[in-house]
Amino acid sequence: MKRENLLIGILLIVFYAAVFFATETGLIPPYYQVNLYLMGINIIAAVSLNLIVGFTGQLALGHAGFMAVGAYISVILTMKLGQPFLLAVLAGAAAAFLVGILIGLPTLRLKGDYLAIATLGFGEIIRRLLDNIDYVGGAAGINGIPKLTNWTWLYIFTLLTIFIIKNFVNSTHGRACISVRDNEIAAETMGINTTYYKVLAFSIGAFFVGIAGALYAHYFFLIQPATFSFMKSFDALVMVVFGGLGSITGSVIAAVAVTFMNAALINFGTLRMVIYALLLVIIMVFRPQGLMGTKELTFKRLFGGKERGGSANVNDKTSD
Amino acid sequence: METLIAQLLNGLSLGSIYALIALGYTMVYGIIQLINFAHGEILMIGAYAGFFAITKLELGFFPALIVAMVVSVVLGIIVERVAYKPLRNSTRLSALITAIGVSLFLQNGGLQVFGTDYVTFPRAVDKVTYKFLGGNATITSHQILILIITVIMMFILQYIVHKTKTGKAMRAVSYDKDAALLMGVNVDSVITVTFAIGSAFAAVAGVLLGMYYQTIHPLMGSMPGLKAFIAAVLGGIGIIPGAMAGGFLLGIIETLVSGYLSSAYRDVVVFGLLIVILVVKPTGLLGKDTHEKV
Repeated sequence: MKRENLLIGILLIVFYAAVFFATETGLIPPYYQVNLYLMGINIIAAVSLNLIVGFTGQLALGHAGFMAVGAYISVILTMKLGQPFLLAVLAGAAAAFLVGILIGLPTLRLKGDYLAIATLGFGEIIRRLLDNIDYVGGAAGINGIPKLTNWTWLYIFTLLTIFIIKNFVNSTHGRACISVRDNEIAAETMGINTTYYKVLAFSIGAFFVGIAGALYAHYFFLIQPATFSFMKSFDALVMVVFGGLGSITGSVIAAVAVTFMNAALINFGTLRMVIYALLLVIIMVFRPQGLMGTKELTFKRLFGGKERGGSANVNDKTSD
Repeated sequence: METLIAQLLNGLSLGSIYALIALGYTMVYGIIQLINFAHGEILMIGAYAGFFAITKLELGFFPALIVAMVVSVVLGIIVERVAYKPLRNSTRLSALITAIGVSLFLQNGGLQVFGTDYVTFPRAVDKVTYKFLGGNATITSHQILILIITVIMMFILQYIVHKTKTGKAMRAVSYDKDAALLMGVNVDSVITVTFAIGSAFAAVAGVLLGMYYQTIHPLMGSMPGLKAFIAAVLGGIGIIPGAMAGGFLLGIIETLVSGYLSSAYRDVVVFGLLIVILVVKPTGLLGKDTHEKV
């Protein structure tokens, strides 16, 4: 077990260094660099949404709203108040976390479809409010944002997101969240404060997607309320579902694949979205559990070793 | 006073369009507990079908309305058979995502086929302005037409649901699907009929919306679709009179907010209202409380 962790650590460092030198020496053309950054941002968005939808079972459609909060707060800090980047990112994430608690407390009493619609409504409200605040440029948004997101920051935040959420899911709190997903009434009977765990998962997800928003804003120069429309929430949901609800590695793979697919289809114009939507329906009809189901991709699984303990796979039943 | 009456009349006509769309949502939700996100797009296709029937086939308004209904009904049935039926026994989440996927597919397919420009909807019915209350208030022939068509459609729906055998089967399926199946009700065909009726209503709403705003666009269905869903939730989803009441209420609230506050905050108020309703009384204004059993 220890040896495996060491191996993963070395691989991650080697990957970081390889990409770092490739970008520094211009081996990766700018167009691919944009997609590389999008990949990182999408991974953060997908993994954090998976915590809410996949592990806690709360269908939330307002993820882009939290992304917008993270992006706008961080930009206000760096551009208008002259604060350092790291502080701005964390403040953006903290703001998203607080908004997550505020929104989560009333709406998470709702179930299923009602929750989806309420969170969708909140995402829209955040966007419409930003449209009408002149301090942040209204509908025109803010442009001229300094490009502070670099490969190192992106890589650190992406890894931190995956690492923290993975550990959260495998902790007592994470198991409580999973029990809420599997059977809320049974979980409540066992003494689990379901509202607490739902709001906790919801706001942690909001925190990390706030980071994604801050990274996005400081790479793409321009943010507008329209950037964080329902489509962005939906994109993240598509990645989570593609990868498998309740599989972190699945979300990562799906985020990478969807970013690739978007880049490959970019020349097709509106036809791109037609193909995208069609693929989505086909996947839902033929493989509704997604690529990985609730399983995780591990070295053991890759190289055919025997699964010991199976601590990460207690919820395999849904993928049968 | 004049502006208030004008706003109320505007709200009433917009609200009747919302009510027509909301009926489709509520019926489908009542039967298979699915938010049919593609409903707004079926409305859009209906509006385009009406547009082509008037401009290309040179039909009058009412024949064009029939053409629009037929096209939308066929589309609704295809969507139900191809996308939703295979997912009947899978999770709610997969069905919901499929619905969003179908909606995106139709939106972008529409952009691809019809182009991204706004198209002027032909004036198939003359717009005459009538004055009443001593010339203080006005009402247009379009507003009257929208109201009359909506009321007729609602009567037809009430008749179908309460007086026909199909309607009885629909009520049975929405009450208890398994029991209905045991009693010999063909659940699949009842679901298809529900989609067909909902799509026909969406087509009427689409043509009326084209007439109301005088333009149509491939994305015209998404926002009214969302608003109509709010209307359905407002009145209590799955309840037909609730959808009607919710639609009228939402239309009036919306026009009053944009008339007296600011149109910039119109959508904020509407979505805020949705959340307040969901939190205070999730079953809607006319809904009954149900308790979940283990």
